[in-house]
Amino acid sequence: MIPAAFDYVRPQTLEEAAMALAEAGEDAKVLAGGQSLLPLLRLRLSYPSSLVDVGRLSELHGVRDEGDHVFIGAATTHYDVVHSPVVQAECPLVAMATATVADPQVRHRGTFGGSLAHADPAGDLPAVAVALDCAFVARSASGGEREIPASEFFVDYLEPALRADEILVGVKVPKLGPGWGYHYEKFHRTAQSWAIVGVAAAVRRSNGSIEEARIGLTNMGPTPVRASAVEEALRGTPITVPVPGGGNGGPDPIRDACGEAAAGTSPPADLHAQPDYRRHLARVLTHRAVLSAARA
Amino acid sequence: MPRITVTVDGIQYEEEVEPRLLLVHFLRDRLGKTGTPIGCDTTNCGACTVMLDGKSVKSCSVLAVQADGCDVLTIEGLAGADGQWHPMQTAFHEEHALQCGFCTPGMIMSAIDLLAENPDPSEEAIREGLEGNLCRCTGYCNIVRAVRRGAQAMSGQSAAANQEVPAS
Ligand SMILES: Cc1cc2nc3c(=O)[nH]c(=O)nc-3n(C[C@H](O)[C@H](O)[C@H](O)COP(=O)(O)OP(=O)(O)OC[C@H]3O[C@@H](n4cnc5c(N)ncnc54)[C@H](O)[C@@H]3O)c2cc1C
Ligand code: FES
Ligand code: FES
Repeated sequence: MIPAAFDYVRPQTLEEAAMALAEAGEDAKVLAGGQSLLPLLRLRLSYPSSLVDVGRLSELHGVRDEGDHVFIGAATTHYDVVHSPVVQAECPLVAMATATVADPQVRHRGTFGGSLAHADPAGDLPAVAVALDCAFVARSASGGEREIPASEFFVDYLEPALRADEILVGVKVPKLGPGWGYHYEKFHRTAQSWAIVGVAAAVRRSNGSIEEARIGLTNMGPTPVRASAVEEALRGTPITVPVPGGGNGGPDPIRDACGEAAAGTSPPADLHAQPDYRRHLARVLTHRAVLSAARA
Repeated sequence: MPRITVTVDGIQYEEEVEPRLLLVHFLRDRLGKTGTPIGCDTTNCGACTVMLDGKSVKSCSVLAVQADGCDVLTIEGLAGADGQWHPMQTAFHEEHALQCGFCTPGMIMSAIDLLAENPDPSEEAIREGLEGNLCRCTGYCNIVRAVRRGAQAMSGQSAAANQEVPAS
């Protein structure tokens, strides 16, 4: 379908964009890669009065190493994130999860910040952002710049903690330092589709045990979920080497700890899965993700 | 109405467009380049794939205004000036990689994008590289074969081109 009519502006600087957004009022929307917004407009599920295109703003592009964290500009495309040597070296979990997003064409246009600002709990990056405790940098004409912690950014389904006049400038991804292993485990039916459930895991190892774990869950509720119960239960758990042909019978403290993965979640029911199946998947996939991260 | 300048298949166009005009409608309805089809309403099928500044995109999910100042390559711009098919077009023809042909323009554009990054892809890499393109008839086997064949033809071509560099 053809979208309903809207006004369009493409400001040249971030400051102009913030002003344009404030002037355009409540019904205006920011346009980045358009890979979530344009499908919604085409299905006439959204009727913005105008779009403020931030896709080409240089202030919103690129990846910078800023010492204790990596700054990823909001309009950096998924493709550029996956190919960034800084992201690969300093926040591999971001690269791993981004590589599973959609398909090559969508990754060429869709942006890191757009995925997060869209706040879809089925998106792969929100779970990573909560697991790593990222900080979101937002800017408005009236309020200047402010930082929002990931734990407060995802308010509800498709609802980020951004005001209507705020632009997401970028995201600070903390560097966790040495000793960490990472894995993003995504379960979906077809190659380009969304996660039925996904698990982002970061695990710090020491002397053959898990010292600390950070786990975020994709599509287990209206917002991405931090699996705190599993993180707690994993502390001090020995990382066992699988016995070849040993099967699933023996004691497995990591698996036991991951049994808590669905605690406190409220997974959705849809075409792909019922809540009880999602809870089952959360346990199984968390186990896989933690094992892979621990052995990475 | 915004005025945009876009180069499509080597020719520069300057047009006034409504902001809501999709790039694919601009190509088909304004420029008459109907080689790029529309296969879905949900950004899933990839039939509409074109190159935007050298990278594959789904032209149904880009606004024409977003392509302002950019270079677009469609399936219609692949053949040489003499009408000679692109090696990937020939490979799709020879491997019977199409039945109805609706997905073919998008498949070929995605295949060429894939080869730009990975000139010698494995079967798995081809399947991954084409994950944004759906075919409802052929069943992918012949498509994967065609991409392999196209890759070989293209690497042969660039090897030949290298050899043709005259000795100084
Ligand atoms: C076929 C298909 C499959 C997909 N599969 C997946 C998948 O498996 N996993 C996944 O995670 N995603 C998937 N996506 C979504 C994809 O990741 C999008 O790129 C992403 O969700 C949106 O990024 P964008 O830049 O395109 O944002 P846009 O579509 O431009 O915007 C999305 C929303 O964010 C807002 N916004 C964007 N940028 C900013 C900003 N800087 N400041 C404030 N607000 C902003 C917009 O106003 C809008 O509400 C898929 C999309 C498609 C079409
Ligand atoms: S028509 Fe563009 S993805 Fe289907
Ligand atoms: S040949 Fe018919 S859709 Fe692919």
